[in-house]
Amino acid sequence: MAGWTGKVLRANLTTGECTIEDIPEQWLKDYVGARGLADRYLYEEMDPTVDPLSPDNKLIFACGPLTGTPAPCGSRYTVVTKGALTNAITTSNSGGHWGPELRFAGYDLLILEGKAPKPSYLYIYDDHVEVRDASAYWGRGVWETEDGLREELGIPGLRIACIGQAGENLVKYACIVNDKHRAAGRSGVGTVMGSKNLKAIAVRGTGGIDIADPKAFMKAVWTMRNEMAENATTAALGELGTASTIDMTNLFGGLPTRNFKQGQFEEAENLNGNAIKDTRMVTNKACFACTIACGRVCRLGEHSDKFLVNMHKRNWKNAGEGPEYEAAWALGADTGVGDLDAVLKANWLCNDLGMDPISMGATLAAAMELYETGVIGDDDVELPLKFGSGDALVRMVEATAYREGFGNELAEGSKLMGDKFNHPEVFMGSKGQEFPAYDPRGFQGMGVAYATCNRGACHLRAWTPGFETSEGIDPHATEGKSEWVVGQQDRSTAHDATGACLFIAFAGADIEQLAPAVSAATGIEYTTEDFLKVGERTWNLEKMWNIKAGFTAKDDWLPKRLRETPHTDGPSAGVTVNLDVMLPIYYKERGWNEDGTPTNDKLAELGLAAI
Amino acid sequence: MSLSLNIVPDKCTGCMQCELACSWVQTGTFQPSRSLIRVNVFDEEASYAPYTCLQCDEAWCMNACPVNAIVIDENTNAKVVLDEVCIGCHLCTIACPFGTVYTLPQTDKAAKCNLCGGEPACSTACPTGAIEVVDSDRPGDWFEPWAQRVDANYREAAAAN
Repeated sequence: MAGWTGKVLRANLTTGECTIEDIPEQWLKDYVGARGLADRYLYEEMDPTVDPLSPDNKLIFACGPLTGTPAPCGSRYTVVTKGALTNAITTSNSGGHWGPELRFAGYDLLILEGKAPKPSYLYIYDDHVEVRDASAYWGRGVWETEDGLREELGIPGLRIACIGQAGENLVKYACIVNDKHRAAGRSGVGTVMGSKNLKAIAVRGTGGIDIADPKAFMKAVWTMRNEMAENATTAALGELGTASTIDMTNLFGGLPTRNFKQGQFEEAENLNGNAIKDTRMVTNKACFACTIACGRVCRLGEHSDKFLVNMHKRNWKNAGEGPEYEAAWALGADTGVGDLDAVLKANWLCNDLGMDPISMGATLAAAMELYETGVIGDDDVELPLKFGSGDALVRMVEATAYREGFGNELAEGSKLMGDKFNHPEVFMGSKGQEFPAYDPRGFQGMGVAYATCNRGACHLRAWTPGFETSEGIDPHATEGKSEWVVGQQDRSTAHDATGACLFIAFAGADIEQLAPAVSAATGIEYTTEDFLKVGERTWNLEKMWNIKAGFTAKDDWLPKRLRETPHTDGPSAGVTVNLDVMLPIYYKERGWNEDGTPTNDKLAELGLAAI
Repeated sequence: MSLSLNIVPDKCTGCMQCELACSWVQTGTFQPSRSLIRVNVFDEEASYAPYTCLQCDEAWCMNACPVNAIVIDENTNAKVVLDEVCIGCHLCTIACPFGTVYTLPQTDKAAKCNLCGGEPACSTACPTGAIEVVDSDRPGDWFEPWAQRVDANYREAAAAN
């Protein structure tokens, strides 16, 4: 088989039994790979109503046909499971080198079932697969675990994905971190891994990936590479990283600040791409096969000794990665912290402890709002949770991962925390998941994108700010937004299925360019239209999964603050999100019923009639 | 004429496009484990460096080979392994001071960079220009400052004894 390896590795952690199976060819064709294919497996094999932290939940790691090839940014793997934070289907993806290594070992998919009786890690060396004892690493952070496994196994080229203390302690938004700094971050995929007693997955693959039509494949690859090399976004992302976006969102009043109380952050300049590059960055870094290299490698140097109130002992001298845009916002603007060193430390702690910086920062911001409004007092917290406090930020990130003190509340996410303190309005998110760094009052379309996303609030499924700030488009109007979001959700979903990073779409290589590459790699002809269908099919499948899990139109919704409370100043002043206008248009555009359920006709059209 | 690869570690982002390209030329699949150029990652130093054969003027791998399986390509001056002559004794891998001669697990024979016959694929694939192909009378001369420093240290240590 070319393009795909066509193999799925299934590991039952309860029994330690590992088997290798063939993937049905029709599924490969219909879903291409990665996210779509894993969605199909989850739909087929698992009851969507199970408790996400029970052994019945399955955890799937999935690569696409371009993962591990020289297609630009062909580095991604997607983790599909029932999210601990959201109870919805989740599809978190990550770059780095782990996904390609899984493919070199011979697998497109890895399905984990059951629960290990004791802390374990999975060791994969080509077709040698083993569940091994991980008691030496339990209680340790991501970085120590990776270093320890490297030393224990002594295999050059080993790639490791693991959880930190946050995953072990079932923090609701724990992530899975690979290559020390790359994370499948959102919705609590690391929590699910922790609930299975699985500390790490160490992979070494020595095999290769065959290509059906090498000549056509390399032509498609170079078409993309040349396109990207000419594109200004490539240079900007490589030069200034994703945090350069801060300038744009702040300009439009769409940079949520202090738990979405304001749309602009007065200290944004301290956290933007230039600030990071000029003050703390050592070099930029690429994921596997990436020709953009947006990763920031930073060093604190002589600033290591700041913000250490109540902190555990830790060596801050090492170089680490981050912050990217979302982390810089969540740990920065959203908590009102304008000090890059505090944000950098909080970011590294998230990486090492294995937590999603978006939900972490946003949950802390919600707690800060509770503190500032007097709902929680000084007796409840070990240090004042004031907006703008770098000390509170850094310490509470650590306290959350260990569930120490008020960290135990933060670890539940802002929805449950808000409910517990009888102030549900502090939760700024959708389907239980905190919003990322775009205020829908600045970019109206983000409202419908957040509300309708299958994995809870997410910026990657339909990133509207680029479209909404283009010429002739009013970012505050509702016209045309729902339609664009539907189209973009299908595009990005197909894009995710290939195993290529979504960023190449911003740099001039979208599904129009990916379709020929996947066709040449796999020998199955895909057109752009086919890809849009793959995206739509996958989106509808995820939606059906969520409906079976108990989600309704009530969950396609946004908090009152966005719908009813406008900002009082700045470029987005006076704007609220008109979701009640956009949502019916969205459902109609999707070909769904008014209650947001896919029609039988739509499912039949997509070949999903049988489900 | 003699070609060599001039590596600029500062430009490397660690993306492994060179390994993919090299393995493609060697094996016809994308298989970094078979690449003859390897990207070294130094996490703590925040530095990445592709690393391959320097095409030494006085090639120790060639001198060590008991069956003359390593010869000089007359077009590029690259030192290339003759697969049919190699007996898999691994002596060249020990002789190489830079660790850039490998043996293939499948055949146990030696494999090293042959400059792709004059158009190194790694250099073409590199998105940042970290691997330059240079026409040089003194192969590997980018390495000279380092070599001189090592040499000076060695002589100093030797003199002290």
